Amino acid sequence: MNNSDIQIKVCTGTGGIAAGGEEVLSSFKRILSIANIEASFQKKCSTHKVGCRGFCAKDLLVDVIVDGAKTTYQYVKPDMVERIVFEHIVHGIPVTEWQVDEDFHTFHGKQTKVVLSKCGEIDPEDIDAYITLGGYEAARKALTLMSPEEIVEVVKSSNLRGRGGAGFPTGLKWDLGLKIKSDIKYVICNGDEGDPGAFMDRSVMEGDPHSVIEGMIICAKATRSHHGYIYVRAEYPLAVKRLQLAIDKCYEKNFLGKNIFGSGFDFDLKIFKGAGAFVCGEATALMRSIEGKRGMPTPKLWRSAEKGLWDKPTVLNNVETFANIPRILLKGADWFRDLGTERSGGTKVFALTGKVKNAGLIEVPLGMTLRKIIYDIGGGIEGDGKFKAVQTGGPSGGCIPAEMLDIEVDYENLAEVGSMMGSGGMVVLDATDCMVNTARFFLEFSQAESCGKCTPCRVGTKRLLEILERVTSGKGKEADIELLEELSHFIRTMSLCGLGMAAPNPVFSTIKYFRDEYEAHIRDKRCPAAVCRDLITYSILEEACTGCGACKRVCPVDAIRGTRKMPHRIDPIVCVKCGTCFDVCKFKTIMKS
Amino acid sequence: MEETLEKVLANYRNNEGNIITILQDVEETFGYIPEEAVNWFSKKLDIPASRFFGIATFYAQFHLKPKGKNVVTVCRGTACHVKGSEKLLNRLHIELDIPPGEDTSDDLRFTVEKVNCVGACGIAPVVILNKDVHGKMTLDKLMKDMKRLRTDE
Repeated sequence: MNNSDIQIKVCTGTGGIAAGGEEVLSSFKRILSIANIEASFQKKCSTHKVGCRGFCAKDLLVDVIVDGAKTTYQYVKPDMVERIVFEHIVHGIPVTEWQVDEDFHTFHGKQTKVVLSKCGEIDPEDIDAYITLGGYEAARKALTLMSPEEIVEVVKSSNLRGRGGAGFPTGLKWDLGLKIKSDIKYVICNGDEGDPGAFMDRSVMEGDPHSVIEGMIICAKATRSHHGYIYVRAEYPLAVKRLQLAIDKCYEKNFLGKNIFGSGFDFDLKIFKGAGAFVCGEATALMRSIEGKRGMPTPKLWRSAEKGLWDKPTVLNNVETFANIPRILLKGADWFRDLGTERSGGTKVFALTGKVKNAGLIEVPLGMTLRKIIYDIGGGIEGDGKFKAVQTGGPSGGCIPAEMLDIEVDYENLAEVGSMMGSGGMVVLDATDCMVNTARFFLEFSQAESCGKCTPCRVGTKRLLEILERVTSGKGKEADIELLEELSHFIRTMSLCGLGMAAPNPVFSTIKYFRDEYEAHIRDKRCPAAVCRDLITYSILEEACTGCGACKRVCPVDAIRGTRKMPHRIDPIVCVKCGTCFDVCKFKTIMKS
Repeated sequence: MEETLEKVLANYRNNEGNIITILQDVEETFGYIPEEAVNWFSKKLDIPASRFFGIATFYAQFHLKPKGKNVVTVCRGTACHVKGSEKLLNRLHIELDIPPGEDTSDDLRFTVEKVNCVGACGIAPVVILNKDVHGKMTLDKLMKDMKRLRTDE
C-alpha cells in the first residue's frame, strides 16, 4: 500500500465507525472514481481502512497522503469529502480549516509508539500491509534460526513484564512453561479486557491483529507448545471479526498450521469468544470458561505454567504483552529495556479519558510522570476545570490525588500510593466529581461482577456497597468510615482471587486521600461536588432566567412552571433530579446545591 | 425450532464446542435462551439442564426472557460514568416506561441494558442503539433518537 501516489486512510476502529468511518470511506471511493483521478493525473490512487490511532475524541480522522506529504483532517463527515478531493487532490491545496489543530500535535508529539506503531497506519484486514512493514519476520527468525532457550533468554533480558496488570516478568513465565515436560501445552492470549475505562487491547486487536498472532507464534515456539487460544470478550465484535480474518489469512500463508516456514514447527490457533463476565479476565477463571464452565477462579495451588487449561501447562499473556514480542525480537532486548525504567522495560499504553482535554489512547515509556501524561499529552483539564484525582487500574485500582502527580508511573510506584497499573486505564476526575460516588460506582461494579464463589468477596462487596449507598444518600452514620475500612481489610486479606482482594482498593484510596468528602456526606449531609442525587436540589436563579422555556420542554415530569419570557420555577416535590434542565440551560441559570 | 437447534448441535460437534458456544448460538438465533431449547440440548447431550442454566445465569451475554424490539445499551464504564451515563440511563427508564427492577417495557418495544465498558472511552458517553455505536451522547440527542425509533416502528 506504500506504492500509491495518492493514499486516503480512514480510521475504522469502533470509534471511527461510530463517527461514520464506513460512510466517509465509501464517499471517498465514489468521488475519486467520479473525478477519475487516476487517469487524469497519471497517479496511483488508493483508499484504506486503518485501525484506531488513539485520538477518538477528534474522530473521524482521515489522512490524505499526496506524494508522501501527509495531511490529517479531523471531524470528517461524508459531505466534506467532495471539497477535500477537489481542493486538496485535484488542485493541490489542502483545506486548512479542517486540518487537525494544535491538540493533535501535542497529543502525539510526546509519545513513543511501539505497540501502537502500526495502529492507524496499516489496513488491519490486509495481511500484506503488515508483511510489507516487516511483519512475520520475527516469527520466521524465531522458528528457523532460534532455539526455545534463546528466545526465552531474549525476552528475559528485555525486562518485559505482563501488561495485564500484575506485571509478572514475561521471560520468567515462558521459562517455566518451557521447562515443564508435557505432551500437550497451551498458549493463551487474554483479550478479555474487562476493566471499564481501558481499551488498548481492543485497539490493538482491531488495528493490528497480526502482531498479537505473531507474538503468540513466537511464544509457542519458546515454550514448545502447539495449541493456542485467543480469548476475546463478547463486547468486542469488531475485534473478533478482524482477528478471525487475520487467523484465516495466516493459515492460507502457512504462518499457522503444520510445518510453519518449513521449520517443522506446528501451531494451531483458535478464538474463544467470552460471554460477558469481568472475572474471566482472571487467568484461572478464563481457563474454566474455555473449558465450558462457569468462569470462577480456582485457588492457585500451582502456577498456570504447570497446570492450566484442562490441567495442562499453559502460558497466558495479555494482548499488549504479545504485541511487544515481535518488536523485541527484531530490534533487540537492549533497545526495549532501555526504553523503560530499571525495574520494567519498554512502553505502556494508557487509555487517558475522563475530564481531560485530549482523551484517547497513548503510549509512553514507563517512568513518565502522571503530570506529564495528563498535562503535556492530555492537554490538561477539560474546560479549564480543576484537577482532583486520577483513577488508575480500573475497579482494582485507586484514586491518586493532585499532591502525587509527580510520581513516575510504573508497577511499583502506583502500588505504593494505593493504586495499581491494572490494564492501563487512567480516568481523570475534576472538581465536579464526587469521590464517595466514585467509590460507590466501582463497588457497584465489583459487587455485580463478583463470581460468588468465596464469601469475603460475594458478601463483603455487597455490604460495602450498602454502606456507600447509605452515605451517598445522606443516611450515613458516624462510624461508617471506620466500618468501611475494617470490612475492606477483611475482603483484601481473605478473598480467593486477585479481583476480590483488590475490590476494596477504590474505598481505601478515596478514604485515605479524600476523607473530608466522606465526612461532609456523613456529618453535614452535603455532597461537596454536587453529584449525589439525594443531597442536591435544583433551582432556577429567577433574576437571570430569560423564560426561554428550554428547560420546561425537556423536563420528563413537568416539574418546571412558568409563562414564556417570565422567570420559571422548579417544583422541588415533583422534581426527580434527573439534571436534564441543568444540561440544556444556555444561560446557566439553573443551580445545583 | 427443532431444525435450528439441529444446526447449532452440528456446529457444536464439528467445532469441538462447549456449552457456552451452544448457548451463544441459541442467544444469537432467538435473542434469548428459551427453556425448551435448553431441555432439548440437555436430552440430546445427556447433560443436566441445571448446567446450562448455571452458565446462562453466570454470563451477562445470556438472557432468559425475550428482549424488546429495540435494544438500547448504555455503557457504564468509568469514562462514561464521569461523563454522565447514569443520567442517560435513569432518563431512559422514565421515558420508555420500564418498570423498576426490569429492563424491558411491558409492550416489548424497548429493552434498556447496561454494559460494563465497550472500550470506546474516547467518545464517552456511549450508547448502543440496536448494535450501532453512538458516541458523545447527550440527553437531548438520545431523546430524539428514542422518538425516531418509536415512529420508525
